[in-house]
Amino acid sequence: MNHRISSVAYFTLTRKEVSRIFRIWTQTLLPPVITQALYFVVFGAFLGTRIGQVGGVSYAAFIVPGLVLMSVVTNAFTNVASSFFGTKFQRSIEEMLVAPMSPLVMLSGFCTGGVVRSVLVGGIVLVVSVFFVPLTMLHVWLVLYFGLMTAICFSLFGFLNGLFARKFDDVGIVPTFVLAPLTYLGGVFYDIGNLHGVWHVVARLNPLAYAIDGFRFGFSGYATTPVAVSALVLGAVTVGLFVLTLHLLRRRVGLQS
Amino acid sequence: MEALVLTNVEKRYKTGVHALKGVTFSVAEGEMVALLGANGAGKTTLIGMLTGLVRKTSGAVEVFGTDLDIHPDDARLHIGVVPQEFNFSIWERVLDIVVDQGGYYGVPRHVAVPRAEALLQQLGLWEKRHAIARTLSGGMKRRLMIARALIHEPKLLLLDEPSAGVDVELRRSMWEFVRGIHARGTTIVLTTHYLEEAQELCERIIILRKGEVVRNATVEELLAEATSQSFVVTRGDNTVVDVTLEAGTSVTDFILQLKKEGVTVRDIRPKANRLEEVYLAASQ
Repeated sequence: MNHRISSVAYFTLTRKEVSRIFRIWTQTLLPPVITQALYFVVFGAFLGTRIGQVGGVSYAAFIVPGLVLMSVVTNAFTNVASSFFGTKFQRSIEEMLVAPMSPLVMLSGFCTGGVVRSVLVGGIVLVVSVFFVPLTMLHVWLVLYFGLMTAICFSLFGFLNGLFARKFDDVGIVPTFVLAPLTYLGGVFYDIGNLHGVWHVVARLNPLAYAIDGFRFGFSGYATTPVAVSALVLGAVTVGLFVLTLHLLRRRVGLQS
Repeated sequence: MEALVLTNVEKRYKTGVHALKGVTFSVAEGEMVALLGANGAGKTTLIGMLTGLVRKTSGAVEVFGTDLDIHPDDARLHIGVVPQEFNFSIWERVLDIVVDQGGYYGVPRHVAVPRAEALLQQLGLWEKRHAIARTLSGGMKRRLMIARALIHEPKLLLLDEPSAGVDVELRRSMWEFVRGIHARGTTIVLTTHYLEEAQELCERIIILRKGEVVRNATVEELLAEATSQSFVVTRGDNTVVDVTLEAGTSVTDFILQLKKEGVTVRDIRPKANRLEEVYLAASQ
């Protein structure tokens, strides 16, 4: 399709998605910041002083990257899943389906919304953390890579969920039964290098563990897995999700009778 | 040039419902055609298939010479659609809904905004342009969908029961608007339950029955086919009887005949219009 049409369509959808984030900022931007600030207070300030150092930094500094990435994951997923499913539910998705809008443009537009919201929330959480913990950022590019790639990855995951969802319960169930276990078992609050046996295997199969590990390396220079491996695993999962979602969207799975 | 050509179009749903059975017809550029049929005749499936919301099982569709399967995006650029059910986000502002739809068709914002404002003015929605769509009345929502369908200036407009649920006054003003669009050269295909609407607006009528085209003729041709017309006659003693007259029988002659037989006629009025008679005969 004509590139001019595609770019106008992409910016239209992106503009709509981003303005939605700001229009309902009390639902999109505020709650995660309050939740994460509480994590800093409870785990960082109260419990952290009793735990001591992990990976060469204070426990509070150790958990900050994980908490930031947790916000990124949750917000990227929730934004795209709820927005896309809401569009499907209200049938306003038909506005896009009847137009000469390519699946790639539709996917990019929704995912850009997810990335914008998750990066905004992640950034705010990071700024808030500075009030509780003195932070260093040794490798800015790695922080950017892992932060952005995780945002894209979970935006795609959210889109996939929205594509298959038939009712709101189908969207609400994933954060509880999939995202929460992935994040809590992915090493947000502990070093996965200390895990043994079956828990070690579970951690190794969890793509989010690589994302958190690599993201943390960008801050403190400490990682359990070689950062190149983490970067490759996260990149491969993201590309895989992108290809799968685009393929399903091209076939209009869940969108056409 | 043909604006729309359908050749042997079939749609069979996974449930086994055979919604379209070898539908073949064409619509010339600049024509206004009505698709008539009872509920379940396949009208909305047909519109859904033309707009990409329903996947056809087989057959071919061309829109202004462009094959819908080979170049769907090019074909869709020509089509504007007003669906039967409301399908916009009720939380968006009226102006945004129209402008964003333009964006999806590649109309840049600086072009779409003045165009949307003009459409909203023409459709009597100017005062509501900043209102949230949820707050609009049913008639306003329908007009909003018309504005949205026209934002990219389509050459072919598909109207799926555009006046369903709107009051008589609004229906008349909507007809005027549709006539205006048609006069500017837009080809229009409309599905409707209102025969009066089809007769008033369209040059040709296609009647669908159980997924098949059973009639495809001009309004004049269909009217000429009426073999009879039914009347409701109120006699002098206030009793009411239904009477069916063969085509060509004069109503005046019929009343005079009754008079001769000593029957006083207080009132006589058509039970159904002639087009309705033809429609009923074709769709049963």
